[in-house]
Amino acid sequence: MSELLTLSGVETHIGRYHILHGVELGVAEGQTTMLLGRNGAGKTTTLRTIMGLWRASRGEIRLGGERIEALSTPDIARAGIGYVPETMAVFSDLTVRENLVLAAREGAMDPTRLDWIFGFFPPLKKFWLSRAGTLSGGQKQMLSFARSLIEPRRLLLIDEPTKGLAPAIIGALIDCLQEVKRRGATILLVEQNFRVAQEIGDMVGVMDNGRVVHTGTMAELAADQALQHRLLGLSLDTHQ
Amino acid sequence: MSAQDNAEVGAALPKTPRDYLPLLLPAALALAALPFIPSSSTWVTLTIAGLAMGMMIFIMASGLTLIFGLMDVLNFGHGAFIAIGAYMATLVLVPLAGWMQADSVWLNLAAVVPAVILAMGATALLGLGFERIVIMPVYGQHLKQILITMGGMIVAEQILYAFFGPQQIPLPLPTTLRGSFLIGEAAVEKYRVVAVSVGLVVFVTMLLILNRTKIGLLIRAGVENTEMVEALGYRITRLFVGVFMAGSALAGLGGVMWGLYREQVNAAMGAELMVLVFIVVIIGGLGSVTGCFIGALLVALATNYAGFLVPKLALITDIALMVAVLLWRPRGLYPVTSR
Repeated sequence: MSELLTLSGVETHIGRYHILHGVELGVAEGQTTMLLGRNGAGKTTTLRTIMGLWRASRGEIRLGGERIEALSTPDIARAGIGYVPETMAVFSDLTVRENLVLAAREGAMDPTRLDWIFGFFPPLKKFWLSRAGTLSGGQKQMLSFARSLIEPRRLLLIDEPTKGLAPAIIGALIDCLQEVKRRGATILLVEQNFRVAQEIGDMVGVMDNGRVVHTGTMAELAADQALQHRLLGLSLDTHQ
Repeated sequence: MSAQDNAEVGAALPKTPRDYLPLLLPAALALAALPFIPSSSTWVTLTIAGLAMGMMIFIMASGLTLIFGLMDVLNFGHGAFIAIGAYMATLVLVPLAGWMQADSVWLNLAAVVPAVILAMGATALLGLGFERIVIMPVYGQHLKQILITMGGMIVAEQILYAFFGPQQIPLPLPTTLRGSFLIGEAAVEKYRVVAVSVGLVVFVTMLLILNRTKIGLLIRAGVENTEMVEALGYRITRLFVGVFMAGSALAGLGGVMWGLYREQVNAAMGAELMVLVFIVVIIGGLGSVTGCFIGALLVALATNYAGFLVPKLALITDIALMVAVLLWRPRGLYPVTSR
C-alpha cells in the first residue's frame, strides 16, 4: 500500500530546545497509523510539525509525494489535512453550528454528512445553537472531531482524542473512528490509551526522545508484551 | 445545510443563557444618578451628552479591542490614527468652510462626507503601512510592541506638528448641526444626537459583520485561537491586515467626530484620548466589541455625572470605574480572549 504521508529525517526546534531528532515515519493510504510513546517523546510535536504549526528545521515531509514542510499551515490544511489537536481547540465563543460552518471550508455543510456525524455524536445536534464554551469536555471533543469530518480530508491527524474522557464518550469516538476507517480514511493518531490504540490501529510507530524507534503492525505490538514493555514501559495486562 | 434545516435542528434545542447583566449597567448608572441631579431636564442633557461622548470613544476604541483580541498587539500608536483622521478632515473642511457655514444640509454633507471618507481612507492606508512596517517585526513581543508603537505615536505627532504647525486648528461644526433640540425643558445638542446615531450604526454594523458573516466568524474565532483558524485552512494574516486597517479607519472616524465635537484639532489629541480608550477596552474585556460599547458608555456617563455633581471627582472617575469593574469581573465585562 502506498504511503500518503512520509516524514524523512524531520527535526524540530522549539526555541533553543531540540525536540525531534530525525523522525522517519510513513503513513499508508487508507490505514490508521498509531503514534505511541511515553510523555515527552515528541508525538504532539510531530503532528504540529506536519501541520506547520512548528517548523521543521531539517528533513522532508511529503503528502502524496508533494513536499509540504515549507508550506504555511493554511496551505497544509488546504492540501487536505484535518487536525484534531490535543486541546480540542473549539472556538468557545462560537456556537456548535458556527464552529462547523468554519470547518466546512469549501462552502455550505453537506446535510447528509452532517446527519452522519450527528449519528455518532447526538449532543452536537442537541446543542446545535449553544456556545461551544458551554459544552462538557467530551462534547467539545465530539465537536473537535466533527470539525475534522465535516468535509472529506485526505489525512486526519488526531492528537490524544480519549484523554480525560468518560468511557461512554470514548466508545462513541471509537465507533466514529471505525466508521471513518471503513470509509477509507487515512489517519495518524496519537494515543496514550493502548486499548484504544489496539482497537483502532492498523500500523504503529513508537516514539522515544524525538525519534521513531519502532514501526510495524499494531497487531504485532499488541501480541508482544515484551516489546510493549521495552518500548512503552507497559504491558496490556497492566494497562486495562 | 439550508437555513430551514438549521432552524429545524435548532428549534427544539436549549439556547445558551446570555449574560445580560453588563448590558444593564449604563441604564442602571443613569437611573442611579437621577436622584442626585436637581432637575430632570439637566439629567436628560447630561445623559445624552454622556451617550454621545461614549459613542465617540467607542468608535475610537472598537478598532483597538479587535486589534488586540485578534492580533495580540498592544497598539499604543492607535491614538496617532485618531489625530491623523482629524487632521485629514481639516484638509477638506477648512477649504470648504463656506459650505460648512451654508444653511444647507446638502452643502454641509458635501463637505463632511468627503472629509470622513478621506480621514478613514488615509488612516486605513496608514494602518496598512504601520502594520506591515512597524508591527509585523514585533508580533508576539509585547514589550517591544509597547515601545515601538509608543514611538510611532510620538513620531506621528511630531510629523503633524511639522506639517500643520503647533497651533490648534479650528474645526467648526456644520451649520445644520449647530444648536439644540428641545425635549421638554431639556436642551439636547443636535451634534450629540448625530454622534449617538453614528455610534449606534457603527456598533450594529460591527455586530452584524461579526455575527452574520463568515469573515465575522473568522475574526471571532481568530480572537480566541489564531492557530486553530489557520489549521482549518484560513490565511489569518490577511484577516489581521484587514482588521488593522478597519480598526485604524475607525480611529480616524472617531478622530473626525471628536474634532467636530471639540471644534478644534491638535496633534496631541490622540495621545490624550488613548488613556480613555485603553480604560474602555480593559473595562469591556479584551477583544469584545459589545464590552467595549458598554465600557465606553459607562465611562462617558460616569464622567459626565461626576463632572456635574463633584467636578473634582471627575478626574478619577474613569480609573475608579475600571477598578470597580475589574474587582467584579477581573477579565472585564465580556472577555473574549484570555490573553
